[in-house]
Amino acid sequence: MTGKNEPNDMKRREFIGRTVLAAGAASVAPGILLTVANAKSEGEGASSDIRWGMLIDSNKCVDNCTACVDACERENGINLLQRPEGQGDEMWNAQRPQWIRKVKLRDRQTDEVTNLPMMCQHCEFPPCVDVCPTGASFKRADGIVMVDRHICIGCRYCMMACPYKARSFIHKNVEKQTVRSPRGKGCVESCNLCVHRIDAGATTTACQDACEKDGHKAILFGDLKDPESQLSKALKEKSSRQIRADLELNTGVRYTSL
Amino acid sequence: MHSSTGILRTLGLILAGSIALLSSPVHSGTAVTPGSRAAGMESCVAPTAEIRRNHMDYLKHDRNRVVHEGVRDVKHSLAGCVECHAEKDGNGGYHPINADGQFCSGCHEHLAVNLTCFQCHSKEPDRKHSDAASLSGIRNAGQRGRLGLLIKLNEAPALSSEEMAQLHALSREE
Amino acid sequence: MKKLHYSELWCSSPRYWGGLAGLTFIILLGMAAAYHMEHSGHWVTGMSNQVVWGLPHVFAIFLIVAASGALNVASIGSVFGGPLYKPLGRFSGLLAIGLLAGGLVVLLLDLGRPERLIVAMTHYNFKSIFAWNIILYTGFFTIVGIYLWAMIDRKAQKFYQPTGFAAFFWRLALTTGTGSIFGFLVAREAYDAAIMAPMFIIMSFSYGLAFFIITLMSAYWWASRELGSHRLEKLKNLLGVFVGAVLYFSLVYHLTNLYVTQHHGVERFILLDGGLYTVMFWLGQVTIGGIIPLFMLYSPAFSENRFAIAIASIMVLIGGFIQIYVIVIGGQAYPMNLFPGKEILSSSFYDGAVAAYTPSLAEGVLGLAGIAIAMTLVAVGARMLKVLPETLEDPKEGTA
Repeated sequence: MTGKNEPNDMKRREFIGRTVLAAGAASVAPGILLTVANAKSEGEGASSDIRWGMLIDSNKCVDNCTACVDACERENGINLLQRPEGQGDEMWNAQRPQWIRKVKLRDRQTDEVTNLPMMCQHCEFPPCVDVCPTGASFKRADGIVMVDRHICIGCRYCMMACPYKARSFIHKNVEKQTVRSPRGKGCVESCNLCVHRIDAGATTTACQDACEKDGHKAILFGDLKDPESQLSKALKEKSSRQIRADLELNTGVRYTSL
Repeated sequence: MHSSTGILRTLGLILAGSIALLSSPVHSGTAVTPGSRAAGMESCVAPTAEIRRNHMDYLKHDRNRVVHEGVRDVKHSLAGCVECHAEKDGNGGYHPINADGQFCSGCHEHLAVNLTCFQCHSKEPDRKHSDAASLSGIRNAGQRGRLGLLIKLNEAPALSSEEMAQLHALSREE
Repeated sequence: MKKLHYSELWCSSPRYWGGLAGLTFIILLGMAAAYHMEHSGHWVTGMSNQVVWGLPHVFAIFLIVAASGALNVASIGSVFGGPLYKPLGRFSGLLAIGLLAGGLVVLLLDLGRPERLIVAMTHYNFKSIFAWNIILYTGFFTIVGIYLWAMIDRKAQKFYQPTGFAAFFWRLALTTGTGSIFGFLVAREAYDAAIMAPMFIIMSFSYGLAFFIITLMSAYWWASRELGSHRLEKLKNLLGVFVGAVLYFSLVYHLTNLYVTQHHGVERFILLDGGLYTVMFWLGQVTIGGIIPLFMLYSPAFSENRFAIAIASIMVLIGGFIQIYVIVIGGQAYPMNLFPGKEILSSSFYDGAVAAYTPSLAEGVLGLAGIAIAMTLVAVGARMLKVLPETLEDPKEGTA
């Protein structure tokens, strides 16, 4: 008898539970609606009306200055990563994550020397996204190319495909991270244009702020799709180029005086 | 006939259930670590029982919205969990939330469920002032996004403590 | 003609169990190596953000390529109707499954997050050739499994022809897919070539057959069964054709690259001044993997010499392994040309510099374990299934 009634009994209990919960939810709901409605103005998702990009003036980029690199490492907690004990400089530089790096060039014909920062170029047609088997490497609606490290399996095919060597694989355990920039062993990562700042309503990246603070103003970040943005205007005025334009990836990061 | 008795039975049960609920003693069983911000709060972002059962699904759902869609003011954020549940260590810092006996690991170890979040995510809330400079100008927006909580400390909670306890007790019974 | 009898491999215990114990030991070492790499992270390997695919990938690609080639013998039997090859079909199917499994284990254990295998199975990006390969590998196991069953079970004989064809086309697709992993990489000068896919197919013919000859010879030696010279000679001659074809494709590949000014740098690196990679190319790939085996396979001096056939097959495998090493590692070591016409004065990330790579012991052991896994599967499979004819003595004059 009891045995026969048990399933029914469970259903009833569940029903009671649900009813009470629903009543509870109804009393909370107004609060939720209020908060969400309030936050919406600043917490919209990435929109395809925007394409984030960058213009780097290599004329203004100063030799031996690493302000952008340092700022990036601070912003994203890359500096919290410890070098494995006993590892030499050469291997450490080859293995540690470098979201942004300084490169110094000399023209073979004219001897002109150029300094510039290299990072993920945030292509419109990113090869890393094409090759990723799980879809962990993806492009957001607003053009930011990044890695969903929840589904990255660490196969490194994206690193093979990237023409800019912009991606880093995490070779060791990460003991400490910042809240805004999670990272861990066995996944691939790269510059995400300070996506946590952008989503919070900022209009600058850490590297740009640092470059500006040092008075160089070599980095300009903005919306490529907004003709009124400072970036669009600058691109219209000066001639700029994409690195490896031959691949027709339509990069979001452009360079002048290169 | 069958259906009408069904309805009557249900109604009766709801009545009986409500009476039973009102007369049952209030349970205060909690896993919240003393010394964490959550200890001073009435409830999590949803009733405790619901969060206990479904937090993994909620977190997974909202993580996809955050990472892929860039919607940061989600209701369920892991940073929010850590922010509220990390216990202060008395030196201005926090105990890692996945350390022995801390909020996350306490339960996960008990249930033998692998806790992999903190291989990548920070185990402690950021110390507010150290990174204030880098987030200047967006602090307001940033904090709202990072907090991920609907019920604020200085606001009256939508549910009274009594109601919460009742919901809690009911779910424990189940 | 005498009726063919297949039977399980049943050899004297010490020889069989001793061999199996040896293989198991290598596998255990490999698992320990994989655990070491995964537990500490990849910093204990020689791989870095410069050379992101290392020795494990060389082993894995080598085994996967060889796997599809090992199935060739069965395909010749059922698709092209070669009577001398038909009795070898079952063993060929088993070897193909074994080699593929071994290669995939290595590939999986080298992932940054191998525990997320389930993610790879549930999240597909259909634009990724890698994702296609996951489907191709799984399909290969299924189709060859059914093929094997159709070959062994009389009741399933009606599936023999269709699965034979299916397996043949599937294996072509699989090697095309493996080759395309590199062929589609526009960024790197050494890889960006459509010829990669057909080249990988012909490489698979060669390595797969070499693997087949060696395992067949050792199985018959293990079991003290008779292996006729006529049949071996056929296999030998076929291997010679394939080895020649691989050399030809390598030649075309490099000639095409030499025609493109943009690719002169990487060609110079591989062919002339790439140090280790140049040596590996000329000495390993061309000489050990090509010229010497060709000589041994075709010279009348060695025509009846089984030892020479075995040595030639092993040399083909060594040369093939080196060829894949040069493609995978050499292709990454050569710097990408981000700034044409510019010389790189300094970079914290080795822009414009040849990347260094020294494989660690763990990587090598993991790779060897992949081969051991393949061989173990074949040994166990041959003992449990009727894949090997009791005798492969030469057919009497005029019957075949």
